[in-house]
Amino acid sequence: MKLSLGPIPYFWTREAVLDFYTRVAGSPVDIVYLGETVCSKRRALRLPDWLDIAERLAGAGKEVVLSTLTLIEAESEVAYMRTLTENGRFAIEANDMAAVGMLEGVARFVVGPHINVYNGGTLALLARAGAKRWVMPMELDRDTLAALQAQRPAGMETEVFVFGRLPLSFSARCFTARAHNLSKDECGFRCADYPDGMALRTREDKTFLNLNGIQVQSGETYNLVHEVGALQALGVDVLRLAPQAQDLFEIVEAFRGVVDGRRESSAAAALLEPYLTGGSCDGYWHGAPGMDRLHA
Amino acid sequence: MELVCPAGSMTALKAAVDNGADAVYMGFRDGTNARNFPGLNFDLDEARKALVYARDRGARVFLAINTYPRPHQWDKWRAAVDQAAGLGVDALILADPGLMDYCAQTHPALRLHLSVQGSATNREAIDFYVRHFGVRRVVLPRVLSLAQVQNVMKRVNAEVEVFGFGSLCVMVEGRCTLSSYVTGDSPNSSGVCSPAKAVKWEESAAGRRSRLNGVLIDVYAPDEPAAYPTLCKGRFEVGGKVYYAMEEPTSLNVLDILPDLYRAGVAAIKVEGRQRSPVYVAQVTRTLREAIDACAAAPEQFTPARAWVEQLDKVAEGRCHTLGAYTRPWQ
Repeated sequence: MKLSLGPIPYFWTREAVLDFYTRVAGSPVDIVYLGETVCSKRRALRLPDWLDIAERLAGAGKEVVLSTLTLIEAESEVAYMRTLTENGRFAIEANDMAAVGMLEGVARFVVGPHINVYNGGTLALLARAGAKRWVMPMELDRDTLAALQAQRPAGMETEVFVFGRLPLSFSARCFTARAHNLSKDECGFRCADYPDGMALRTREDKTFLNLNGIQVQSGETYNLVHEVGALQALGVDVLRLAPQAQDLFEIVEAFRGVVDGRRESSAAAALLEPYLTGGSCDGYWHGAPGMDRLHA
Repeated sequence: MELVCPAGSMTALKAAVDNGADAVYMGFRDGTNARNFPGLNFDLDEARKALVYARDRGARVFLAINTYPRPHQWDKWRAAVDQAAGLGVDALILADPGLMDYCAQTHPALRLHLSVQGSATNREAIDFYVRHFGVRRVVLPRVLSLAQVQNVMKRVNAEVEVFGFGSLCVMVEGRCTLSSYVTGDSPNSSGVCSPAKAVKWEESAAGRRSRLNGVLIDVYAPDEPAAYPTLCKGRFEVGGKVYYAMEEPTSLNVLDILPDLYRAGVAAIKVEGRQRSPVYVAQVTRTLREAIDACAAAPEQFTPARAWVEQLDKVAEGRCHTLGAYTRPWQ
């Protein structure tokens, strides 16, 4: 199985992004997804910058995929997506059907986790359109995955999100701006002040959600480290980790050990324990509420 | 501009038709539609009677099969599509691409609408559904500004239906799993958001607490009106402040921009609320009928009558309204 690193969900400074990918180049991940997937206003890096990073990662032996924005509303966003899909060099992760439409019959692509693949009919349709890999939507469980693996079209790879705060929803509204009593148009890029998002807690002081611009994430960290064996047995090809500002490379190392068979899941779980800010959850995998933690 | 109203039951359907709906939308009594609430919706026999009632009075009937079937549910969802085709509904409202593919191939004459749950927010995504499945109408998610709606309208080869009144989804529909994160059930997978079976109310001297599967959604002072604990409309703590971190309990109401939608060529205004009472359906249908007729007769002179606004606020979630994403300040 391969290890992938999803796109950075947060708004980091240009320097932070460049430093991060310099480290990624030397880290034991196989596939790197690049680009802004949350908010089109975030332009610390332009397309040439991303392509530059992509070339350097490719030079370091990584498979590079450029991820599209998830919520496409404005014409400018459609236009940027088209430029991205026509880059001619790197594969695209489509996070909206608009991208699938643009790539159909033009280039092989990855179906991102925000395209609703819930059954074999949809998977077959996307395979015909040119998908070479799909990322399972967050809320699907292992039984659904098993059934979908049985129906998977020839040549289609399967990727599963196994570590990080879960992206749960997107909105026209910016929740980070709202937290500062600002409108989205005058947000002042306040999300740059929160490299891991803003914690949203219940009035009983319980960790609940995490605000990241127009995206809402889980407050707890989704962690399927105990399920790596099961994922392998189901024929999953790629395990995805989500970038976070803290401790990401220790997390990569912990999973790499399990994937390579050098480390037991339980040992990796112990290594990960200090990095589970907000606690951990694995409910979706077990067909339970996502916030639940079923594997003790 | 058509008025499309919710029919969660036969009584609601009659209320909609009798008060001037051009079309009603309904679902089967199971998880195949996005309002899978106890006591709601239609079995096959009731659906047949509903069609007769509506057709005799000149109203059309749309049927929503707008959840996303997993492999073990596929046969049942496919059967629902076949049943809808057999009933001869005027349109089928679908969200799942696999199911749309099946429907387009098996029942090519059946008119397809892309559900709001299909999450198509731009012309390129809409084109995909038009090209592949011959979708004739698309229901836009409640995330676009008026200018964006107008722009989409100019560029797509399908009719556009927009939400005009009802509870406001803050998130882009079809891509929100907050509800399953907390309760295990989401609109995509189970046709419900913040389901009633997960709700618990607690009364104490300090006030009233609402919980969703144990998670505290809100706390109300003894004299404060309490809202249904839809999880994105609770009060939470962020950065040391307690407030409606995502959205207040409020309803969407487009009366103020009705002429703009009309002039843009919007095909239909949709009313949310298959889970609401027949009284709500009657009230909202009657009011919007009057407003749409006034708008169509003289769009340049149109101003929302105060009586309409009051009627609608009376049945609105939170008893107040917003234009939501249609206006930039909300965003």
